[in-house]
This record gives sequence, C-alpha cells and structure tokens, in this order.
Amino acid sequence: MNQQAKKNQWYLELVQKLTPKSELGKCLLRSFWVGGVICFLGQCLLMTGTGPMILSREDAAAFTSIVLVFLASLLTGVGVYDRIGKYAGGGSIVPITGFANSIVSCAMEYRREGLVMGVGARLFQIAGPVLVYGIGSSVVIGLIAWVVEVL
Amino acid sequence: MAERMGKQTSRLSRPPRVESFAACVGKKEGHGPLGSLFDEVHEDDTLGQKNWEKAESALFGAAVNRCLEKANLKPENARFLLGGDLLNQLAASCFACRDLGIPFLGLFGACSTMAESLAVGSMLLDGGSADRLVCAASSHFCTAERQFRFPLELGTQRPPSAQWTVTGAGAVLLHEQDMAAGVYPAVTHVTVGKPIDFGVTDANNMGAAMAPAAAATIRQHFYDASRTVDDYDFIVTGDLGRVGSELLRELLKKEGASLPEKKHIDCGLQIFAPEQDSHAGGSGCGCSASVLCAKLLPDMIAGRIRRMLFVATGALMSTTTGNEGENIPGIAHAVAFERMEA
Repeated sequence: MNQQAKKNQWYLELVQKLTPKSELGKCLLRSFWVGGVICFLGQCLLMTGTGPMILSREDAAAFTSIVLVFLASLLTGVGVYDRIGKYAGGGSIVPITGFANSIVSCAMEYRREGLVMGVGARLFQIAGPVLVYGIGSSVVIGLIAWVVEVL
Repeated sequence: MAERMGKQTSRLSRPPRVESFAACVGKKEGHGPLGSLFDEVHEDDTLGQKNWEKAESALFGAAVNRCLEKANLKPENARFLLGGDLLNQLAASCFACRDLGIPFLGLFGACSTMAESLAVGSMLLDGGSADRLVCAASSHFCTAERQFRFPLELGTQRPPSAQWTVTGAGAVLLHEQDMAAGVYPAVTHVTVGKPIDFGVTDANNMGAAMAPAAAATIRQHFYDASRTVDDYDFIVTGDLGRVGSELLRELLKKEGASLPEKKHIDCGLQIFAPEQDSHAGGSGCGCSASVLCAKLLPDMIAGRIRRMLFVATGALMSTTTGNEGENIPGIAHAVAFERMEA
C-alpha cells in the first residue's frame, strides 16, 4: 500500500470516529409511528371504499391511492410534507404519499424553468429511478412467472 | 513587488488596506447569534425576486453596493470586481455584475471563494494593476439545495454531519496602500492552496472533505512565512463546521502544529446557534464572506484582533463527478490580515 493510500485510510477512520451518527432508535421509532399512521389511514380509506361506498376491492384500492396521493400533494404544496419528512424520514418516504411528494416537489422546484423544459423534463427527477426499476423488475418477474407457468 | 516565500506564499510589499466591507444575509442568519452585526438582513429570502437565482444575484449586488456606499464611492470607482458563488457558470455573481457594470473577474473556489478573491485581488493591487477593487462572494440556501441536493419541498432527513448553506453575501473593498491616517486591516500575506484529496466521498460531510486542505494550507503558510500559531490572534476557517473543525485540529496535531481550540474560529460555527437546526454548522461562500465582513473585520478595527489568518475552505464537488464515482477534494486559501495604524 502506498503512503497516500495509508494516509487516506487513517484519515477516513478518523472521520468515521469523529462524525456523529444518527440516533437509530429515535429515527426508527419516528418512522414507524408516522408510517404506521399513514398506512392506518390507507386501511380506513380502503374499508370505507369496500364498506359504505360499496366499491369492488380493486376500485376501493384505486380510491385509497387517489385520496392518499391527493393529500400528500396538497401537503407538499402548502409546505407541510417536507416537515413531516424531516421528522419521520423513511416513514413518510416509503408509502405512496412519499412518491407523490417526490413528484410535486420537483414540479414546484422546476416550474420557474418553464412548463416544457422545467416541469415536463424534470418532473420525475427523484421518482424516475423508482419507476424505471419498479417497472423493469415487474417485467422480469412477469417473464419468470410466465416461464414457470409454461413448464 | 511582492516577495515570493517558500512554495505557495507571497508577502505583499505594499499591503493593500481594507477600505470598507459589507455583509447582507437572509432571515435565518439574521436570527442567528451575529444577527445585529450584518449590514442588511432580508426577512424575505426571495428579496422580492421571482426566482432564487435572481434572489442570490440581488444579494450579491446588495453587498457590493453597500460596501461601496460605506466608502462614499460608486461602482465606477472600482477597477475590478473579483468574486463568485456556488452556481453553475457563476450565475449569481455574473448577473449581479451585469447590473453593477464593474469589470469582472469571476472566480470559482467552491466555499473558499472569499479568500481566493482576496488573495488574487491583493496581488493585483500590489502589482499595480488596480488602485481599488472589490472582492465578494455569495451563496443562497435555496439555489444550493437545488443545484447540489434535492427540491426544497422534498421530505428528506439530513444526517448530523450535514451543514446548512448560508444565505448571505459579503464584499470587501481593497485599496492600494496609502499613508492616509486611521486604523485599518491590511492584507500582508497570501497563501494559495492546492486541491487536496483524502478520499472522502460523502456529500453530507463537507467538513471532512475540506479539513485536510485547511490543514495543508495552514501548515504551508507557517512553513513558507516562517510563522507559527503564536504569531496570530486567531486562525479563522471558513465553513468546516463541527466535524471538520475537530478533524482539522487532529490533523494539525498529527503533523506537530497544534491549534488550540481558543485560537480557532470557524465561521460555520459562528453564524448559527445550535438550536437553529443547522446540524454541523453553516457552509457556502456566503458563510465565510458574511462572517468576515460582519464580525472579524470590525473586530480588527476595534482592536480585538490584531492579526489573523483567514482560511476559507471549499469542497470541490460536482454532482456529475460525484455520480461518476469521483472523490470530493477540498481546497483552502489563506490570507493574513494585520491591523495597521497610520
């Protein structure tokens, strides 16, 4: 190992030692309770759909997504969702509301660069990777399922 | 003519004097511990502009104008304006200079720009290419977030080592040395730093990326100018923050040039109070620029600081090279200020 690599290693170990860590327990607790509340809300919406609204299971699921996405977009627009995200971390990123936040926040950020090159081109800047690999992996899984069925 | 000392330092034969200075900041900075010291605090971070880039540009222009006004001068009295910001193509400072009409030399040194502009400006003055020039730098939280991180409304968490980009600008008017009576800070030495890479890749730990550069420049300055920590009242760093400051002291200790905590000021730790949710401290070109102009230079005039080494530090990061797997090198330039009485 040359001298610079040795020095880098020594330094990076020092950095590791002196850099404060996130408090894992606190972060987990916060993300689970907020994420749980969001999912609970989703469950209530689903049951409202299948119960009093007499929707089919599939329609009720779509209804749930629409309401959650709408609420998250609204909260992003009025500047509340980023505060929830700061408090809850993964708890508000993982559910579908986080997806809505990632799209609306981009729309707001790039609106000033115009509707085409701003909003149009950069709307999926954050959500893009999720879509690409989400759709990509579902194609792969679909193929595997098809092959298994044929065999 | 300046005297070349060692490999990286110049001693100015006619130390340029600081004629005036001004700092303009945003709301959060205005509510921080130095709030009452700034020349302008803009409660509205947009400064009445329709986008963030224009807002930062307006902030840059406000600092330069205020600085000139304080010396009863107009933009045409300055021979050059040296400065920069963090945006691509130095958007904020270029557009501010379009309106100011001062011959402009744009400088990019990431967050080290204030020291870089003072270094280059002092050498220009000492060489006789100008009689009076402005050195300035700015940063804005909202433009930096967009360029280097995420949209503002995205709900993400910042790790404890992350720093908060200062919305602020500072401008210093330098004048070639004359024998005018009065007390003023002057630039005596300049040490230009090298980009230093110790393998840091974490964009949320800028302090760690910059500390090795600060240590290298400080050590080189001592070596070249045959000085030690004892020759200075304070060693001032730009925006190392809590993590970087500690790393700097460790690095210097390892190399046998200890920097006692009481002799070290980090601008990033001055500008925000811990309860302002800035995590490891402030950052950005505007951080060292505004703290220099609001606190340090006034302290020199008041006699509380007689000699200081101003070492602004920058993390040379680009989102493109970061994605391509490149490290984040740091850079630091040092400018020695001394209180002169004539």
